[in-house]
Amino acid sequence: MKAANSSRSKSEISFIVNGDRKTMRVHPMERLLDVLRQELGLTGAKEGCGEGECGSCSVLLDGILVNSCLIPVLQAKDSVILTIEGLAGIAELNCLQEAFLECGGAQCGICTPGMILAASYLLQHKPQATMEDIREGLSGNLCRCTGYSQIFEAVAEASRRKATA
Amino acid sequence: MTTGRIVGASVPRKEGRDKLTGKAQYVDDMQLPGMLYGATVRSRIPRGKIKKITFGPGIAWDEFTVVSAKDIPGKNCIALIVDDQSCLADGIVNHQEEPILLLAHADRHALPKAVDSIAIEYDPLPAIFTIEESESQSQIIWGTDNTFKTYLVEKGDVDGIWERADHIVEGEYTTGAQEQLYIENNGMIAAFDPQHGVTVWGSLQCPFYIHKALMSLCNLPADKVRVVQMETGGAFGGKEEYPSIIAGHAALLAIKSGCPVKIIYDRMEDMAATTKRHPSRTRHRTAVTKDGKILGGEIEFTIDGGAYTTLSPVVVSRGAIHAGGPYYRPNVRIRARAMATNAPPHGAFRGFGAPQSLFAVERHMNRIAQTVGLTPVEIRQRNFLKPGQTTTTEQAIRENIDLEKLLDRALQLSDYHSMKKRFAGENATGPAKKGIGIAAFLHGAGFTGSGERNLGSVVEVEACADGSVRVLVSSTEFGQGTKTVLCQIVAETLRIGYEDVTIAQADTDDVPNSGPTVASRTVMVVGKLVQSAALGIKQTLTAAGVIRPAYSAQEFRAACRAYVAAHGALRSSARFEAPSDVFWDDEKYRGEAYAAFAWAVYIAAVTVDMTTYSVSVDDFLALQEVGKVLHPVLARGQIAGGVAQAIGYTLYEKVVWQNGRMQNSQMTNYIMPTSVDLPPMRVFFEEMGNIHGAFGAKGIGELPMDGPAPAILNAVEDALQVSFDSIPLLPEDIYEKLASEAVVETEFR
Ligand code: FES
Ligand code: FES
Repeated sequence: MKAANSSRSKSEISFIVNGDRKTMRVHPMERLLDVLRQELGLTGAKEGCGEGECGSCSVLLDGILVNSCLIPVLQAKDSVILTIEGLAGIAELNCLQEAFLECGGAQCGICTPGMILAASYLLQHKPQATMEDIREGLSGNLCRCTGYSQIFEAVAEASRRKATA
Repeated sequence: MTTGRIVGASVPRKEGRDKLTGKAQYVDDMQLPGMLYGATVRSRIPRGKIKKITFGPGIAWDEFTVVSAKDIPGKNCIALIVDDQSCLADGIVNHQEEPILLLAHADRHALPKAVDSIAIEYDPLPAIFTIEESESQSQIIWGTDNTFKTYLVEKGDVDGIWERADHIVEGEYTTGAQEQLYIENNGMIAAFDPQHGVTVWGSLQCPFYIHKALMSLCNLPADKVRVVQMETGGAFGGKEEYPSIIAGHAALLAIKSGCPVKIIYDRMEDMAATTKRHPSRTRHRTAVTKDGKILGGEIEFTIDGGAYTTLSPVVVSRGAIHAGGPYYRPNVRIRARAMATNAPPHGAFRGFGAPQSLFAVERHMNRIAQTVGLTPVEIRQRNFLKPGQTTTTEQAIRENIDLEKLLDRALQLSDYHSMKKRFAGENATGPAKKGIGIAAFLHGAGFTGSGERNLGSVVEVEACADGSVRVLVSSTEFGQGTKTVLCQIVAETLRIGYEDVTIAQADTDDVPNSGPTVASRTVMVVGKLVQSAALGIKQTLTAAGVIRPAYSAQEFRAACRAYVAAHGALRSSARFEAPSDVFWDDEKYRGEAYAAFAWAVYIAAVTVDMTTYSVSVDDFLALQEVGKVLHPVLARGQIAGGVAQAIGYTLYEKVVWQNGRMQNSQMTNYIMPTSVDLPPMRVFFEEMGNIHGAFGAKGIGELPMDGPAPAILNAVEDALQVSFDSIPLLPEDIYEKLASEAVVETEFR
């Protein structure tokens, strides 16, 4: 009975994720985070709190940084989504990624995909981000390991490298 | 001390690329075919007898696997130190959130409703929630006297000092609970089949703790229990003992259902049910001469252990040993106790008792300074431990540590004196009050006393068929850099490339027991073992005549390949052996408590906003001596991360209790520092070397948790000229104290 119930309420939803069009039957109120992780196997977005506080579930939805734990999948219908798995192919990530690796921006790594997406969103909008911009820009992403300072260094370093590249 | 090519260089983190691209596999990223989801039904009262359990209507119960205490094949306990904690409550509960039943279902959305529909009726029993209630024994909730463990440390003749004292300074200091708040919640997957037994994959620190707990719970022999660590998203001690419970729960559900079962806690469950840092109370009574020399005194250190023993005896021991701080006390008596309350058991958290007792002693040093009429700098200078002197456990300082020099350097780096002067001037008129505070402290690396000897850790290093070398340890990576540093040590030891060394996943079927990943022991103790196991590989290759003494990395690879091709395998192991000159008396708690201490001076500058009473840390300087720094970037990351966590402990993170349950178990109401809340952190190292660790390294991970709280509260005292002796220190606490002092002042006038 349970299964019948849930299939009745499912609907077809389609969006583009990391450049590929995906169409699936899901409950429209299912969280985008769960659809990405469970249906599509994109487990780079993590659940740290499930209530919009930690940013570890961050993805870019139509170019905007969002917490995917707060987005019903219905809202992502026909959108363009970028997750950490998709960002890996883009040149500027390599720069951020390298800087994170060199500066110690990732420790346990659980906040890292969200942090990288937030940082890349920030640098896209403020290529010459100041330290204040960086602190502000990443304030929606919690990290319990680093105390943030090496994350700031990594983002500043990436911004510098991009400016001179 | 040698600086090698690889040790001392900031090589890339071994698992860094996977973490940066989202490829790293954490437990919730893993799926098994036919997997069910598990959930836990927990007590909603702090203490009582379970009268009746009713499975509510409207739930298709036949679709669920239900496990209760009577389904446990082995012993219903979580084997650790004392077998007093059940895996599932059987008739009686002793704290809120105590596990009672387990449910599993293929659809995880079906679980919350099912859990909520189970009604449990209790005969409530009176519960106690504070150290004082526990001490008064108005209710006996554990053993005969509510006491998990007591220690007595005695040195010299304390009773003889009081009459020689010019001043007797007393103080009481308290600290609150703190949530570890790793960003990855706890989680486990278990699978069972009669042939292979139980396998669990999870987020964890100590694979062999879980291995031991599962053997006894499931009544299985060692070779039928396998524990595999997945990438672990932060731990800080919070995944030291509690994962044994979750692994046990997942295993019981897997055994009963015949399917793999995944249990992932959500944030609320994780915060409310799992361990936190022990709340504490420390009392100091110190005899001092008029020129500020400590003659000695009494220290009473007490922690709230919660409802079951878990690790509290070890936590209180470390706290007791650190209670004297980095000062020379010719006469001292330390009484330490871990008390039972009806809170969920408190547990391991970075620092492990030391942050609590060091907070007290470093606040108390300021109080002594005030009483005697010295500055915070002078009181410390006059009492610092010196080489040749002994600690409170009569451990002689054999290292060539110069704490006065360390303090001097910290004062210079922070520009302490001119800041202090400037603040005093500005505070007279300004709307905000600024202050600067110092904390000097130490942290013992490795297990206490005979701990390492009893553990007898084993590591292995193997040469692989492709010519690379692989490290096999149960020491786990959860952000600190275990994998990276152990590989660096092997590469340096064998004079081969860092990329030629890999490290095995911590899987109890593959790796030997190198002990738990706790107590800042990995680099110092396990690193040293890994180094000698690596040398064993070289010796074998040399003896077999396949390498010459001055080999190149390439030749080494070729030699490994040749040897493995000819002999099938090449493994070398090393087991911990206690140095013969180390003495420890477990009865009297006397002797060499730790193989090495790390030393530090931290300085915090703060502003107190006199409108909102909020404290912000404007500048933080952390100077430490941790022996050889093997990886500067990782080491700096450990310090900055620890300081941030400790700033949270001091100024933001308050666990709000109601009837023994955490009320603010969400990230929205339990506030940890964000990127805009933290000061610039200036991290410096002094390197003096240590004979015990690999390449002269000591432990580092816990040290930064110890100093920030007292440094910040000392700075607040400097800013307001009012003392605060309790953390967390929230704006309302400051407001209240200032308001009450203002009242007292007016009354006196
Ligand atoms: S999981 Fe979405 S913000 Fe924390
Ligand atoms: S690296 Fe662990 S939470 Fe950020």
